[in-house]
Amino acid sequence: MYDFAYHKPSSVADAMAALKAADDGKFLAGGMTMIPTLKQRLAQPSDLIDLSGVGDLVGITVSGGAVTIGAMTTHAAVATSTDVQSAIPALAALAGGIGDPQVRNRGTIGGSVANNDPAADYPAACLALGATIKTDRREMAADDFFTDLFETALADDEIILSVSFPKPSKAAYQKFDNPASRYALVGVFVAQTAGGPRVAVTGSGQNGVFRVPGMESALASSWSADAVKGMAVDAGTLNSDIHASAEYRAHLIGVMAGRAVTAAG
Amino acid sequence: MPTVSMTVNGKQVSGEVEGRTLLVEFLRENLRLTGTHVGCDTSQCGACVVHIDGNSAKSCSMLAIQANGTKVTTIEGLANGDELHPMQAAFKEHHGLQCGFCTPGMVMSAVDLVKKKPKASEHEIREWLEGNICRCTGYHNIVKAIQHAQQTM
Amino acid sequence: MPEGGTGIGAAVKRVEDQRFLTGRGNYTDDLNRYGQTYAYILRSPHAHATINRIDTAAAKSAPGVLAVFTGEDMEVGSLPCGWQVHSKDGTPMQEPGHPPLARGKVRHVGDQVAVVIAETYAQAKDAAEKITVDYGPLPAVINMNKALAGGALVHDEIGTNLCYDWEIGDEAEVDAVFAKAAHVTEIDIVNNRLIPNAMEPRAAVGEFDQATGEYTLYTTSQNPHVIRLLMGAFVLSIPEHKLRVVAPDVGGGFGSKIYHYAEEAIVTWAAPKVGRPIKWTAERSESFISDAHGRDHITHAKMAMDADGKFLALKVATKANMGAYLSTFAPCVPTYLYATLLAGVYTTPIIHCNVKAVFTNTVPVDAYRGAGRPEATYLLERLVAKCAREMGLSQVDIRRKNFIPSDAFPYQTPVALQYDSGDYTATLNAALKAADVDGFDARRKAAEARGKRRGLGFSTYLEACGIAPSAVVGSLGARAGLYESAEVRVHPTGSVTVFTGSHSHGQGHETTFAQLVSDRLGLPLENIEISHGDTNKVQFGMGTYGSRSLAVGGEAIVKAMNKVVTKATKIAAHIMEASESDIEFKDGQFTVAGTDKSMAFGEVALSAYVPHNFPHEELEPGLDETAFYDPLNFTYPGGCHICEVEIDPDTGVTTVERMTAVDDVGRVINPMIVAGQIHGGIAQGIGQALLEGCVYDDNGQLLTGSYMDYTMPRADNLPSFTVGTEVTLCTHNSLGVKGCGEVGAIGSPPAVINAVVDALWDLGVHDMPMPATPQTVWAAIQAARPAAAAE
Repeated sequence: MYDFAYHKPSSVADAMAALKAADDGKFLAGGMTMIPTLKQRLAQPSDLIDLSGVGDLVGITVSGGAVTIGAMTTHAAVATSTDVQSAIPALAALAGGIGDPQVRNRGTIGGSVANNDPAADYPAACLALGATIKTDRREMAADDFFTDLFETALADDEIILSVSFPKPSKAAYQKFDNPASRYALVGVFVAQTAGGPRVAVTGSGQNGVFRVPGMESALASSWSADAVKGMAVDAGTLNSDIHASAEYRAHLIGVMAGRAVTAAG
Repeated sequence: MPTVSMTVNGKQVSGEVEGRTLLVEFLRENLRLTGTHVGCDTSQCGACVVHIDGNSAKSCSMLAIQANGTKVTTIEGLANGDELHPMQAAFKEHHGLQCGFCTPGMVMSAVDLVKKKPKASEHEIREWLEGNICRCTGYHNIVKAIQHAQQTM
Repeated sequence: MPEGGTGIGAAVKRVEDQRFLTGRGNYTDDLNRYGQTYAYILRSPHAHATINRIDTAAAKSAPGVLAVFTGEDMEVGSLPCGWQVHSKDGTPMQEPGHPPLARGKVRHVGDQVAVVIAETYAQAKDAAEKITVDYGPLPAVINMNKALAGGALVHDEIGTNLCYDWEIGDEAEVDAVFAKAAHVTEIDIVNNRLIPNAMEPRAAVGEFDQATGEYTLYTTSQNPHVIRLLMGAFVLSIPEHKLRVVAPDVGGGFGSKIYHYAEEAIVTWAAPKVGRPIKWTAERSESFISDAHGRDHITHAKMAMDADGKFLALKVATKANMGAYLSTFAPCVPTYLYATLLAGVYTTPIIHCNVKAVFTNTVPVDAYRGAGRPEATYLLERLVAKCAREMGLSQVDIRRKNFIPSDAFPYQTPVALQYDSGDYTATLNAALKAADVDGFDARRKAAEARGKRRGLGFSTYLEACGIAPSAVVGSLGARAGLYESAEVRVHPTGSVTVFTGSHSHGQGHETTFAQLVSDRLGLPLENIEISHGDTNKVQFGMGTYGSRSLAVGGEAIVKAMNKVVTKATKIAAHIMEASESDIEFKDGQFTVAGTDKSMAFGEVALSAYVPHNFPHEELEPGLDETAFYDPLNFTYPGGCHICEVEIDPDTGVTTVERMTAVDDVGRVINPMIVAGQIHGGIAQGIGQALLEGCVYDDNGQLLTGSYMDYTMPRADNLPSFTVGTEVTLCTHNSLGVKGCGEVGAIGSPPAVINAVVDALWDLGVHDMPMPATPQTVWAAIQAARPAAAAE
């Protein structure tokens, strides 16, 4: 790891000021991706601005038919929240399946969403549930937020404050793990939302998380596993690596989508 | 260089670190608490698991300075004097360790499991151990030990 | 079996656990020597390249840097190979040089190019980025077939990538049997390359004492005396009496810590140059590209049978990857540890095996848990399973038909070995029962009702371990003897320290060996210390590998204890004024037969050190005996592994539902430890079969270079195992022990893959490579579908 200056501001305003003052500063959330990346010397920020001191970024509230999760809330807190478990059980289950227990104790929703790792779980939930990402300056729909691999609509100095998930009538997430890393090789989140069915896929797309319009319209006609099972996703848009060819991923998307629909009920 | 201070195994400690100093480096190099091990560089093996304010965490994936002001427990702080913690005793009773290298992290993770999910099934125990890799035991006796500790903790 | 006792057969809790469980183990990286500095090794990013120029000036002036060395600075001997194999034409194997720091050329990704020594590890690593290396990239050869077919040369000076072309058996005689056979079954097998991944990364600390001229190397080794010999005599020219090698607590080895590695030589050589101790510890990503890998065979084999399925002859042709350089034991693995196992547990009367060892631009390959024997067993048991299919026999019947009968021992195989004991029917029967094979059909039907495929796979196997009789291995090209030594030092107050040349890195020797002493000398465990791993304490030792610690190292302890008892008997006879022949020793008491005159072991010990009235011409003071034990034969553990898998045909995921192993490891000293060894071996076997596979791309870049891509078995990949033992005693050692360290990894992989093939057979899938990952299984099902539909 290259050395850097460390800051731990206690407010969003101070965090933004620290970033502005730095040559090449980065925000640090739970650090579960950032620190391994730094250890491999794949990044060399001049300053790290630790957001864990910004107290109003932690917490879960349920109101107005939505679950709102503060950006610095850990995966473990989401997974074990009885509020989340009763409002959107699929979201609690997804959080309980991220990484391993130690990652869940440190990793945060804000960090995961801002990083937009193409194999991360939360982006699928955000996209399928039609989440809203609230930052220090604006609110963005998930559909507009995730732009490309490890890329989002966030400005460099923009801080996520919370993510708000409208409560679906039903939803489920099915993940097929990469056998080695345990990240999602294919993860499919299906949700029956106020605006109709939404299906989001992580772990597979060459440009990161994506929706599957064909599956969504099929589910709009008939909410059943059979409606999506075996439905082809164009393998040409999917990743291929030693663990899964694009064709295998395309197949798994259909299988996982069907299982998710069954699990959603 | 920044100064960090924290409570480690009940003792107040402090030291100078670089920003980039990992918690595990601070424990091993500054405090000479070498029971916490480093078995990988991708945050997966779990040999470095300690407790931060009562929750298990990988000390290789945290900066020392992130632990500033926290209560840290390492494997050295688990036993009560000469009396092994029930999880340590269960690992001995059920031969849950061979070379001993993954053991500190494995035990610290298992203690957190029994606290959080005291009635975990065998399947849930195996899932919880996703972040701890053992090359010696095939996990068979580790699972048995944790099941035993579910009764004694 | 003495329940609750401390002798042979008791499930004594491990002595070593207390320190490991409380974080007080003492592993190499835990050591911090006064004035210690840190080394970072700069490694080649290329699989094959010339080194045109290295500029270290900027690194040398970087903060904290004490020294930077390259291959041009380090003019020392080549890292030696401990075994010389001869080709079938009588020529010795090609043995290219292996400099600790590359000179002129790099030959695999990870080859050592330079070392930076600095005040801190971070400074050393920072400075290494300032080294400029002008590489001239060359085409790399990764695939063995291409390496033999005129690809680039890994070592220009030898003019070939063929290390040796070896054979055992008479090919013409075997061919003649095949020509007349009623049926021939053929198979192509790839034994996948594995990366050992002991959880403790390798580490080494070198230091030099200016006052005495003594070097000390602390290292993660399974055999410190072997490292002292190889490094001292061949690489650095340091005589043994000026070189101490210490292997403290070692966090797993599985073979990968047998070999003498470059980093050990580098830190030892550089220590006097820097004038301070130097520590090097591998990062895991370095382990992946610098620890010796395992397996990596390509094989074609065929079995000739009569019309009833009786094996008549076996013919095997194997290519074995050596990697870029010859590691310490590498040449013997695919020859003497492999081809000699090809009779397995069967009466196959005639066998021919040809092995071509090949250099490639990959990390050196050497012994990994089982070493040659898993490759032989996998080949044989996959082939036998296929024979059964083709002959219309059950998997059990074909094995029973061809087993060496239990009354045929000693049994001379056609491939050099003579088995001393075994009962393959007994282990098979016990395993059939323990695995509830009778209930399998019902479980298969239940699985099918859930849309799953269920399969059952068998492996009946043996291995040769307890390595090894020096005379035998010497005749086969070993450059060392493979005996073991022990010193049993009885202290004046009757406690005992045993100095053993075996090395424990997870096996629990401090407990098992203490049980031998408790049993023989009648002492409580707390009065016994087992000391190992330090060449300045232990007289000599060949170390631990090849499941040899108990069968060879333990026998050396027994031999030394026998000398102690003989001497103590003399002392007791002298003091009790009796004839030596009248002294009986039992439960720690020396008794004059037929009398109530008796001395405790401790009293005799004290007398030995307070010899006020000894007849010194007949009786020396002291009670301290050393023995070297050279085994008469290999030992031959074996058994039956049965695996039951369930496969989700929609995803290709294979789940091991039941794993049963009944093994004959000879006499069991500590059943708890034996079971643990078998569990661990099975996990590595299932890992090889379903999870682990080293993948290089065509340019020699390692694609599975971390736990992000190399699939280590985790707790949720495995079930709990059913293990048991059926004992026949080894006939040529006094303990009757055979060895248990490797059986799990040897016996299990073919059982798993045979189960996968069984599960998918009706879908038209008749072969399956390792590792049978979800993608591989799914792809095989897809490939078979059109064929199955057409049938």
